[in-house]
Amino acid sequence: MSVDTAAQPVAETSHEPELVQLLTPEGQRVPHEHYDSLVADVTADDIRAMYRELVLARRVDSEAVSLQRQGELGLWPSLLGQEAAQIGSARALRPQDHVFPTYREHGVALHRDVDPVRLLALFRGVDQGSWDPAQSHFHLYTIVIGAQTLHATGYAMGVQRDGAIGTGDPGRDTAVMAYFGDGATSQGSVSEAFIWAGVTNAPVVFFCQNNQWAISEPLERQTRVPLYKRAAGFGFPGVRVDGNDVLACLAVSREALQRARDGEGPTLVEAFTYRMGAHTTSDDPTRYRLNAELEHWRLKDPVERVKAYMVRNDLADQAFFDELSDESDQLAERMRAECRSLPEPAPTSIFDHVYVEPTPGLVEQRDGMAAYLDSFADEEVHQ
Amino acid sequence: MGVLEFNLPDVGEGLTEAEIVSWKVEPGDTVRVNDVIVEIETAKSAVELPSPYAGSVDRLLVDEGTTVEVGTPIIAVRTDDDAEPSAGADGGTAPGGSAPRPEEQASGELASGEETSGEETSGAQASGARNGGRQAMLVGYGPRSTSAKRRPRKAAVSEAPEEPAAGGTAHRPASVLAKPPVRKLAKDLGVDITTVTPSGPGGTVTREDIQSASSSMIIGTSPAYSPESADDQRITGAGWGGQPREERVPIRSVRKATAKAVTKSAFTAPHVSEFVTVDATRTVKLVDRLRETREFRDVKLTVLAVLAKAMCLAARRTPEVNARWDDDAGEIVFQRYVNLGIAAATPRGLVVPNVKDADQLGLRDLAVAINELAEAARAGSTPTEDMLGGTISITNVGVFGVDTGTPILPPGEAAIMAFGAVRKQPWVHKDKVRPRWVTTLGLSFDHRLVDGEQGSRFLADVAALLEDPANALAWG
Repeated sequence: MSVDTAAQPVAETSHEPELVQLLTPEGQRVPHEHYDSLVADVTADDIRAMYRELVLARRVDSEAVSLQRQGELGLWPSLLGQEAAQIGSARALRPQDHVFPTYREHGVALHRDVDPVRLLALFRGVDQGSWDPAQSHFHLYTIVIGAQTLHATGYAMGVQRDGAIGTGDPGRDTAVMAYFGDGATSQGSVSEAFIWAGVTNAPVVFFCQNNQWAISEPLERQTRVPLYKRAAGFGFPGVRVDGNDVLACLAVSREALQRARDGEGPTLVEAFTYRMGAHTTSDDPTRYRLNAELEHWRLKDPVERVKAYMVRNDLADQAFFDELSDESDQLAERMRAECRSLPEPAPTSIFDHVYVEPTPGLVEQRDGMAAYLDSFADEEVHQ
Repeated sequence: MGVLEFNLPDVGEGLTEAEIVSWKVEPGDTVRVNDVIVEIETAKSAVELPSPYAGSVDRLLVDEGTTVEVGTPIIAVRTDDDAEPSAGADGGTAPGGSAPRPEEQASGELASGEETSGEETSGAQASGARNGGRQAMLVGYGPRSTSAKRRPRKAAVSEAPEEPAAGGTAHRPASVLAKPPVRKLAKDLGVDITTVTPSGPGGTVTREDIQSASSSMIIGTSPAYSPESADDQRITGAGWGGQPREERVPIRSVRKATAKAVTKSAFTAPHVSEFVTVDATRTVKLVDRLRETREFRDVKLTVLAVLAKAMCLAARRTPEVNARWDDDAGEIVFQRYVNLGIAAATPRGLVVPNVKDADQLGLRDLAVAINELAEAARAGSTPTEDMLGGTISITNVGVFGVDTGTPILPPGEAAIMAFGAVRKQPWVHKDKVRPRWVTTLGLSFDHRLVDGEQGSRFLADVAALLEDPANALAWG
């Protein structure tokens, strides 16, 4: 519970639920009895790589917001503030682990080598999602709130049936990661997914980025108990982690994913974070939340604390930061250029991916559509 | 080089129009890709639009306060040679490659040849025509540029010899080769870039060229300088972040009203300030407990609300702090109600709206009322009546992380409380040093009608209530 409200940015009081934290907002590494061992192998190179992904994720996001504001995208859901939760958890994944994202997991997509331009294409409306989930093990974005937790649970039950858990083979044992937000926890499908996963002991990690706001609905209007405690009711463990601490998110996710791969069942991870931006570009958060709250969270910035940690411990020189800045500039520039030149889809392309093998009815519709469109071409010639 | 227009995008989903609230740039300004150029408001939200182009602002095509349809060109940007995107890119239209004269644009060449419907074309013409004639009248444009005065004097210098043919552009400033930051520096320093002899590669004007031109201007080698430059004699370079060293902002609206009010108050009412540091842990715990209850489930209950309640209770015990000095009538007006003012920092400046009859409200309703005041203030929608008739006020300096201050009384009020940050601090509690939630209260009062005794009693009462809110039961 925090005293902070409209008026006072005050730190948490003592009866705040247990929050796993390894890196303070000031960039100080704090020891943790249990989770230290899970990140004992993290080298300076890893820290730099993590920081790079945090910075690039933020840049992908800000560039996309700008593109939307310039009329190039129909919509964009910003991840600002949630970079650490996404990058930390994504880095705990193994190649074979399968991810079911919401529509905001741009950082996870980046880590899974899904080209940001593919995300832009989706939000530009020129396709319905054009990366290959079988190849990237990163599923298509799900717009329906919480629906992907059921998909993930089903996939995890499939993994069980394939016998791809508990073999001890690190290249084979597979976990499933379902991302969702605090708003989704109010959806029936999420509770159903918890029930199925709990009862079948499915190898799935429910990774909830609690960003405090379900569009304009604050957390206190959605739950009477801390979200991670709900897991107890479904019979699996829950843990709350500082979602702005990339190292803690990595540690907690590693443990949860390994439990899943070992056949020990699901875990609910509540990454306690904050949506610094609007829900999407169609939303105006100044209408329902106070600036003081934003300022309070700004001090906990997930990217800055890693930088502070690196500088404090001499893990990177100025050249590293300069190169990274150049790299993100180039990425942004490429995104702009490629976004603008994304080809408009042919009107008949909506028929292409309905079935693997098109049905006769569908073929007839497609041909009819094509003939109809051709009739306009004639008209243009005549005029 | 070309002039690209930026069409108003649909920033929501399926919006058809938006109001141009305020321009963040003016013609001549240098913009980079993604620099904020304008704030617009739609039915859904107020948002800032970033520039899709790099270059210099050619014209603003829509007045502030005007609502225009999605797709209407709102700004024309003169792009650099290598600026992206190339002309004709999605989202913008390039009205002719080599920058036609503004008159031509205004008379409707804009849309000819574009695939626009008749209606859209005439709309674009109309807006173009309006703009052609009204540029100089737009709010915020001063005839700032000194180039108009200086250009004739040094016309000969401006012809850079290495300058390639540049397509016979008639537009003079366009014939100067310089990077946008250099152009901005020239503008900031009041140097007419067309008069500067370029020394950079390919005949480009460099930063150093501008600086040396600027310093020669200041030393006085320049045969004549305008009164504006006389003001700028100390200038030797740009200020922080390449901004001008000084910027003059007209004193108006809320700033002006604030200045008037605080000056009047500070020099009419003799202010006295007192402070007390208080262990507010019990209040913090109370707030925490209440927030967990169903009654407060959709209320942002804060320590501030408890302070407000405490002041209402304490004011009854010391009515002088809630009284009014009526100089004209030669009377002190004792007010048996509390209209509690809350000083609020808003984007436009300081306002002190008040909660009417705050003493009649329970804690829950008081918290709601305070939050509503704050939200309205922040949105700039505080009704006038909320600003009038305050009897006593709070200024919540704690939100800025500071402990206390000596606030100035809102005119006509006898007391104002500065509420400092509530922080965990070592505190002697039950003879042990414990971490406790501690805050500082600072009370300023009008010594004409409140003596030290009354001011102190009021402050001590409020402190006692924060220290142990149960006192409210005894006094309420």
